[in-house]
Amino acid sequence: MTFRLTLAAALLTGTAALAQQTDLTIALQLEPPHLDPTSAAAGAIDSVLYTNVFEGLTRFTNTGEVVPGLAERWDISEDGLTYTFHLREGVSFHDGTTMDAEDVKFTLDRARAEDSQNAQKALFEGIAEVTVIDPQTVEVTLGQVDGNFLFNMAWGDAVIVAPESIGDIKSTPVGTGPFKFDSWTQGDSITLVQNPDYWGEAPALTEATFKFISDPTAAFAAMMAQDIDAFAGYPAPENLPQFEADPRFQVLVGSTEGETILSTNNQMAPLDDVRVRQAIAHAIDRQAIIDGAMFGLGTPIGTHFAPHNPDYVDLTGLSGHDPDKARALLEEAGYPDGFTTTLKLPPPSYARRGGEIVAAQLRAVGIETEITNLEWAQWLEEVFRGKDFGLTIVSHTEPFDIGIYARPDYYFQYGKPAFQELMMTLTATTAPEKRSELLADAQRMIAEDYVNGYLFQLAFPTVADARIEGLWLNQPTQATDLTGVRWTE
Amino acid sequence: MLGYLIRRLTSLVLSLAVASAVIFVVVEVAPGDPASYMLGLNAQPDTVAALRAELGLDVPRLQRYLNWVGGMLTGDFGTSYTYRTPVSQMIADRLWISLPLALYALTLSTLIAFPAGILAAARRGRPADMGVMAATQLGVAVPNFWFAMLLVLLFAIRLGWFPSGGFPGWDEPLDAMVSLTLPAVALALPQAAILARVMRSSLIDILGEDFIRTARAKGLTRGQALWRHGLRNALIPVLTIIGLQFSFLIAGAIIIEQIFFLPGLGRLIFQSISQRDLIVVESVVMLLVFAVIMVNFLTDLAYAIVDPRLRRRA
Repeated sequence: MTFRLTLAAALLTGTAALAQQTDLTIALQLEPPHLDPTSAAAGAIDSVLYTNVFEGLTRFTNTGEVVPGLAERWDISEDGLTYTFHLREGVSFHDGTTMDAEDVKFTLDRARAEDSQNAQKALFEGIAEVTVIDPQTVEVTLGQVDGNFLFNMAWGDAVIVAPESIGDIKSTPVGTGPFKFDSWTQGDSITLVQNPDYWGEAPALTEATFKFISDPTAAFAAMMAQDIDAFAGYPAPENLPQFEADPRFQVLVGSTEGETILSTNNQMAPLDDVRVRQAIAHAIDRQAIIDGAMFGLGTPIGTHFAPHNPDYVDLTGLSGHDPDKARALLEEAGYPDGFTTTLKLPPPSYARRGGEIVAAQLRAVGIETEITNLEWAQWLEEVFRGKDFGLTIVSHTEPFDIGIYARPDYYFQYGKPAFQELMMTLTATTAPEKRSELLADAQRMIAEDYVNGYLFQLAFPTVADARIEGLWLNQPTQATDLTGVRWTE
Repeated sequence: MLGYLIRRLTSLVLSLAVASAVIFVVVEVAPGDPASYMLGLNAQPDTVAALRAELGLDVPRLQRYLNWVGGMLTGDFGTSYTYRTPVSQMIADRLWISLPLALYALTLSTLIAFPAGILAAARRGRPADMGVMAATQLGVAVPNFWFAMLLVLLFAIRLGWFPSGGFPGWDEPLDAMVSLTLPAVALALPQAAILARVMRSSLIDILGEDFIRTARAKGLTRGQALWRHGLRNALIPVLTIIGLQFSFLIAGAIIIEQIFFLPGLGRLIFQSISQRDLIVVESVVMLLVFAVIMVNFLTDLAYAIVDPRLRRRA
């Protein structure tokens, strides 16, 4: 009897080992508010749906490169104003309808309409007209040359949606991707299943469940108990060494588009004086902040640009840690005894923990800060919209967002005319070498004007079962691309 | 009994009316705009305005209040700003977790507290009593979230008997109960400690009463007197505490729901507040007020049943 039981058990485990696991439970910290990536800023929507359920004309790869998506190829006219996209053949939406040029026109016209609720409406502003040539060809005419256009079309906010399914998109997203939306238990999880009619290569996973765990302690417990297979954007960096030491797990530390900056109100005295801002820059010890607030995760930056981008220029030398120089600059600016300003902190730990360290470093050169902790909604109202702040710490997570420095009414209120001009030239330039040059100039200009205190690039830690491969390491846009993910045993 | 009922019902309706006004004012006064929260850092002002118009946020406040109250009277709680689903459905979904969890915890705490309290009262001053008192002292002092973490460490991570959190849904009733067990225990133990102490002191008071002495004089043993006459009379304060605990358990499980990532009402409130999903906050809080008032109302009725004198007094 005992023998038979053992045999049965052996057989059972044997079969289990043979069958390759094809489902995955992956946790994220934030739950999407709804499932329409084209009408909200919430990165959590893209974290679940980008390239899994929805695809755009172009798409980002893990390294941030822009590659063809639903558009197989495109022609750009001599004057750079007309893009002719050739769409892939045989692409259908998950509801069975065909994806064609009409859907592309619908998507782009909807995003740039008067009553559009697209959180990145600016991406579509350059479009003058969208014309359907035939079902597989669509022509987009721009008002002026835009070197960013193909990049813009890769954003999650520019994915192709269909007029047939737009009504229920917030609860039942219908896209063209390798996974179909299956179910959403609000507050708990979203399940995607493989799309058997996918136009491209079928993914290895047949089912993926996204679980939402916001509490860092709960995240640790769920991972340790192996209730989840992976956690993308693991919220407690202090636990990472423990996972690294455990053979059951692997830890991936990638880069994001999140420039974490000490945002400075450029219109408020005495912060409107460039010498004062330079003093602040020299008072800051970036590595101490990265070590103290992020447990060593993060790359120092000297300007508002992602270090993994090929066009990044390392300007950290312009603002090296030098308290004596900071004090001298303050004296020169007429503040030998320092001054007092506000430091308003949103909820993420980079801001709350980082804020305490920044405050201590500023105090060392004579600048006193009054720290106020704010909720996000309050921060948006008071700091972002009301511009009622001296300093704040925030991570700007949108890809390639140096353009915000050209907006004079943006909350840190820089908007120097020379910079605006530079950005206009950049937009009108398509030649790659020339663009790199202009981007380097732009990075240097804001670094030399010490617009904000540039702290570090936010890292993206992923903890996963050691047997999983193909997870995205970096976050060129917020996404959890599962197309290449598989179990190795 | 009828007069008593009418008086109780009138005060119930009045409390609800006052509560709705207070909730609306407090929530609306808090700074933060749901539309700008949803659209983030790169949104253009006209986009935010378009969204505000669609959400109905450009309507004057008084009108919004009246719409809200009017809607609730007809069972329509409005539509969530962020999730864009009917609030009543969201609440119903969440209640399917919060209510069973509260009942589960309350059952556990009663099952622990009654025997412990009775034992302590019956063996007053002896080692059993002292043991119960020490244990309950600890139970009252330890916060439930800390206790929850210990439970997770032991039963989910070390032993792997229970999931560390989450909720599989009621399609699998057994799995659902299993995943509610650790949270229920974490919620129940501190409650049980309080309840056991109340049970004990209430019984001890009753045991000193004349009618117990009379019962003993008629030949009942100490134990018989306690079971037949003491227990029923000691129940009033215990019922009060159970009533209070139940309303606390529905709303007060926020931290426990956070630790076990359970999609219950507490977490819904927490999320809605940070997202400024005002209509959800207002409706859920209103519902909780309603629940507390109803539980109090039912507790009052239960008193009246247990103690006939209360009926006459009204």
